[in-house]
Amino acid sequence: MVAAASTTTGSALRVRNVSKHFTTTDGSALPALLSASLEVGAGEFISLIGPSGCGKSTLLRLIAGLDVPGAGELFVGGEPIKGPSASRGLVFQDPNLFPWLTVRHNVESGLVARGVLKEKKHEVDEFIRLVGLEEFRDSFPHHLSGGMAQRAALARAMINHPEILLLDEPLGALDAFTRMRMQDEVLRLWQARRTTMLLVTHDIDEAIYMSDSIVLMSPRPGRIERIIPVNLERPRDRSSAGFLQLRSGILELLHFAGHVSA
Amino acid sequence: MLGLLCAILQLPFVRLGSWLRETAPIVSVAILLLVGAEAITTGWRWLPLPYFPSPARVLRTIIDNRAILWNSTWHSLILLISGYMLGVLVGLVSGVCIGWFKHARYWGMPILKVIGPIPATAWIPLALVLSPSAMLSAIGIIALAVWFPVTMLTASGISNTKASYLDVARTLGASRAYLIFRVAIPAALPNIFLGLFMGLGSAFLTLIVAETVGVKSGLGWYLSWSREWAEYGKVYGALVIMAIFFSSIMTALFWVRDRVLVWQKGTIKW
Repeated sequence: MVAAASTTTGSALRVRNVSKHFTTTDGSALPALLSASLEVGAGEFISLIGPSGCGKSTLLRLIAGLDVPGAGELFVGGEPIKGPSASRGLVFQDPNLFPWLTVRHNVESGLVARGVLKEKKHEVDEFIRLVGLEEFRDSFPHHLSGGMAQRAALARAMINHPEILLLDEPLGALDAFTRMRMQDEVLRLWQARRTTMLLVTHDIDEAIYMSDSIVLMSPRPGRIERIIPVNLERPRDRSSAGFLQLRSGILELLHFAGHVSA
Repeated sequence: MLGLLCAILQLPFVRLGSWLRETAPIVSVAILLLVGAEAITTGWRWLPLPYFPSPARVLRTIIDNRAILWNSTWHSLILLISGYMLGVLVGLVSGVCIGWFKHARYWGMPILKVIGPIPATAWIPLALVLSPSAMLSAIGIIALAVWFPVTMLTASGISNTKASYLDVARTLGASRAYLIFRVAIPAALPNIFLGLFMGLGSAFLTLIVAETVGVKSGLGWYLSWSREWAEYGKVYGALVIMAIFFSSIMTALFWVRDRVLVWQKGTIKW
């Protein structure tokens, strides 16, 4: 893989006592995230799971610099986060490709935005090849399937060589088969580039399959409940004993363990 | 050899044939209507003259007055293009500003809401007094008529840019210029074109009125001047030329839109 040659290693991330409130329409403050603390080592793959409303996406937006925390601090590689930056890429559940640009121009938009298109032009083809969209490089987004669009979105985020890649349920809208194929694809990108990855997901299997550790969050107000390390050999077998054991342990913590509550 | 020659000679006719097949119903109905009109006017004389001359007479009038019609069309075109371009230019700038900047929105929106809905033609008396020449005042009035819809739709398009497009662009390292020119404006283009079409419609209307009352040239002037002399052949002639003139300009704008909004192909029809 050509792109792997120019490796940029990920950065460590530190989240310290971060809280975020949103103001509702009637003016009251709604806590979305309460005193969250988290340490992510450089090049680690972390998943955030928990029911909706537990502040996963809020935390991701804070790390991306798109929102400002009400209290607490966030650091990347020792530097405080002061706003969005090309060094922290973000991929949403909706690929959000720019519909007016072809796949190629979408992928290179990060280079254009940073004003480095001329020097880095050769990387555009590399990244399009990396996500397997060579044949669709001149197609407009509405001609792509969900999986293809999401791969293009990944390439667009990766081309800036971010130190941290934030994935907000990027595979949530895909069918089961495409989803599993995409999980391997993301892992391949991660292993090739050692980018620090934060993945928000609803899917416990996905979290176990992909991450070094899983951050379990609880809702209303959103807080970090527990951090579970995943000590399984890669590539992981979704039906191995260790996998299933971890899975039932997490289900238990989320109160979904087999028995129906009376 | 002869067969080959025939095949080559046949080619343009094959294309003509398929074109004819497609347009045959509409063309035949048009011919039928013209023949019917001819029969009613010249044949049976059911309609009173001079208000309803026959199609043949109208055609004759157009041919006889081709010089002045050509001249009027040319004058109208210049006036229309200058007014329209000015209105579009100012409208795009003010629309983008109002759509993007909070302060511009705060101060601009009330002006837009109060001034905008006044039909541009209502300003003609004032424009005639204020402006040094009738031509300039007509350009200003047409520009005003175009400015309102273009500004309104551009502003709404810009301010309704999907927030996630802007978020994505920010995490890609976009500057404010990138966000405005490469995200918000492209995202607003479908809306902007709606404004351009509405603006063109009001430009046609304003052009004809302005030529009737202010500028003493152009198709609008020719139309009212012919009416005053009760030369209805010329009135219909002017209407026919206007139909061709305006619809060609509309078609040109559609052509531009199809090129610019090629990425929408297959998603939106209008």
